[in-house]
Parts: sequence; C-alpha cells; structure tokens
Amino acid sequence: MTALTLMDRFRNGLWYENPGLVQLLGLCPLLAVTSTFVNGLGLGIATLFVLVISNGLVSATRQWIRQEIRIPIYVLIIASLVTCTELIFKAWFPALDRSLGIFIPLIVTNCAIVARAEIFASRNPVGLSIVDGLVMGSGFALLLMAIGAFRELVAMGWLLAVLPPGAFFSLALAIAAKNWIDQRKHHE
Amino acid sequence: MADMPVLRGGITLAAIAAICTALVAVTFELTDDRIEKNAQAWLEQSLLPVLAGVSFDSGIGENRLAIAAPHELPGNDDAMIYRVYAGDSPAAALFVVSARDGYSGPIRLLVGLDTSGIVTGLSVLEHRETPGLGDGIESRNWQEQFVGKSLENPAGNRWNIRGDGGEFDALTGASVTPRAVVKAVRETLEYYAANRGIIFATANAPEKATK
Repeated sequence: MTALTLMDRFRNGLWYENPGLVQLLGLCPLLAVTSTFVNGLGLGIATLFVLVISNGLVSATRQWIRQEIRIPIYVLIIASLVTCTELIFKAWFPALDRSLGIFIPLIVTNCAIVARAEIFASRNPVGLSIVDGLVMGSGFALLLMAIGAFRELVAMGWLLAVLPPGAFFSLALAIAAKNWIDQRKHHE
Repeated sequence: MADMPVLRGGITLAAIAAICTALVAVTFELTDDRIEKNAQAWLEQSLLPVLAGVSFDSGIGENRLAIAAPHELPGNDDAMIYRVYAGDSPAAALFVVSARDGYSGPIRLLVGLDTSGIVTGLSVLEHRETPGLGDGIESRNWQEQFVGKSLENPAGNRWNIRGDGGEFDALTGASVTPRAVVKAVRETLEYYAANRGIIFATANAPEKATK
C-alpha cells in the first residue's frame, strides 16, 4: 500500500481503476446527465465533493464503527453529505441545480461512493482516504465531462447522441477506446 | 452481557445520526435564505414573459391563490393562481397548471390570462417530453401562437391542434405533447370563464404556511 506513490494513485483513479470506465460504478447518473458538458461538470464536481468528504469521515470514524453497523453508517454519512450538497447547489448554483434536477439527490445511490467507503476508507488513514476520494472522484468527474462534451458535439449533427441511447453508445465507445489503448500499450 | 455489543452499536449509530443531522441542520440554516431568494427570482423570471401587453404595478408572485386538488383546472396536483393588479383593479391572472396527457408525466405550464380571458402568454415550467420531438413546446415561437387567443377565438372545435381539425400548430413527429398543452390551455380558459368572479374576490393565500 505504502509503496504506491501519489502519482500511481492518480494514475489508478483516472485510468486503471477509473470508477466509471473500469469498475463500471455509478452508471445511472453517468448515463442520465451527460447530455451536455456543463451537466457532466456539475454532477462530476458534486460527486467529487461528496466522495472526498465521505471518505474522510468514514476513515476518521473507522475505529469506533463495529463491523455489523458499518453499512447503515456509510449510508447515513453519505445521505447527509448529499443533502448538504443539494442545499449548497440550490443556494449558489440554482441554474445548474435546475438542469441536474433529481440527479443531485440521487448521488446517494451512486455505488462508487459506498464502494470507496467500504474498500478503501474503512481500512486506511484519513489523509490517504481523502486522496483516494480525490483521485476516484476526479476520474469519475473527468469521464462525465468527456462524455458530456462528446455527446454535445456529436448531437450537432446527430441528434440521437443526446437521447438516452446516445449515452450507452458514448460510454461503450469510451470503454472500447480505453481497452484499445491499454492493449496497444501492452503489445509494445 | 450478551446484548452489550448491540447496545454499543446502537449508541454509535445514534451518535453518528445526531452528528449528521446537525450537519444538515447547519447547512440548511446557512442556505435557507439564499434558496428562498433564488426560488422567488426564478418565479418572477418565468412569470414576466407571460404578461405580454399587460400593464400592472403590483409585484408579481406576491399575490397568490392556492387551489388544492381536486379542482377543475388541468392537473392532479395543487394549482396556483398568481393575481396581478394595476392599482386596485385586477389586471391579469397567471395559472400554474399541469397538462396530464403528455407523453411522459405531467407538463407544468404557466398560462397568463388578462381580465377579459385573453391569453397573454404561455410558458413551460417543467416537462419530461422526448428531447428533439416533444420538447419543441419549449420554443418561444411555438408558445407565442397562444397569445391573443381566448375561449371564443378560435371557437369550438378549432381549439385543437391542426391534425385534429384545429388551428394550433403541432410539432413535427410529436402530436401527443402539443395536443396535451392545447387541451390544458383550453381547460384553463374554461375554468377562468366559470370562476372569474371568485378568483379576484378570494383573499390571499398565506404567504408561507410555516417558517
């Protein structure tokens, strides 16, 4: 664990273990809101924010939390953070809040967040957990932005890109592209 | 002694629940005023365009009348009527209603009527119609065809989309959505014709039930 440098962690979060591209977590918001770049950016930042703080809190409380009640506690922490995030968006980014709508409160159900709490934050010190939240959240946010930008661009000529099927095609293309790049690297 | 772990777990859970609740409560306190202001600004911003040609001097959105469901206005949920005044006399009524027969869920509409029952504007507040097809109802151009219309103009069966023998423009590839909107506007006009006296005579709804 300690052998991993900060650089390695970033590489993992953004590429090798990207929550959206590799772990395929949090696909519901990913597919639903990425019709524009701005929506992708908004939800990406909101998710990143929740993930960093939830990882920090889960890690900070990990000594006191018994194995049996850890899941309800994660849910409690994540749900409160998401509620706060929703209030903050409504207060300071009302336009973004209107266009993201239900998907801000639905960050609660983004399994990438519970997964990081369970896999990483509950077993690692606070600092590392925050870094993990940061890299995983950035990986997710960058993917949302990339798919949002791609769909918005393609939709200028091909309307289907902003419709739900376009989301599936775009994600499939992104995953295919990643695998192709990895394969080529492997061969070299 | 056997239930001690359960008790300890319960206490931990309760303590964390209390901390989380406090966190949400503090955030709520910090954001409440701003959220209220944003909602009001958004409301006024959406109310203004449906008041074409109406002169008024009252604040928009201040003078409202909540109509609890069930009611004769379109929609299954509560409707809201905003009353606008010029001096002491009524100038216009704005109806927040829902068209029920859309393609995907209710379509929240804002319909402005002047005192004689002529449409002063229409705007779509919220909908989940198909992007690229039904969402054409968002277009200003499409909404503007209602301005100046009333229950008698066009008369009777002409209050329909063109495909149904009426006068209103449908959207290419989507007739369900415009049909639902046209019907909701017509029903609002009918409601106004039947209740015109009551709408301006009833006292204000309380500004806010609880604060």
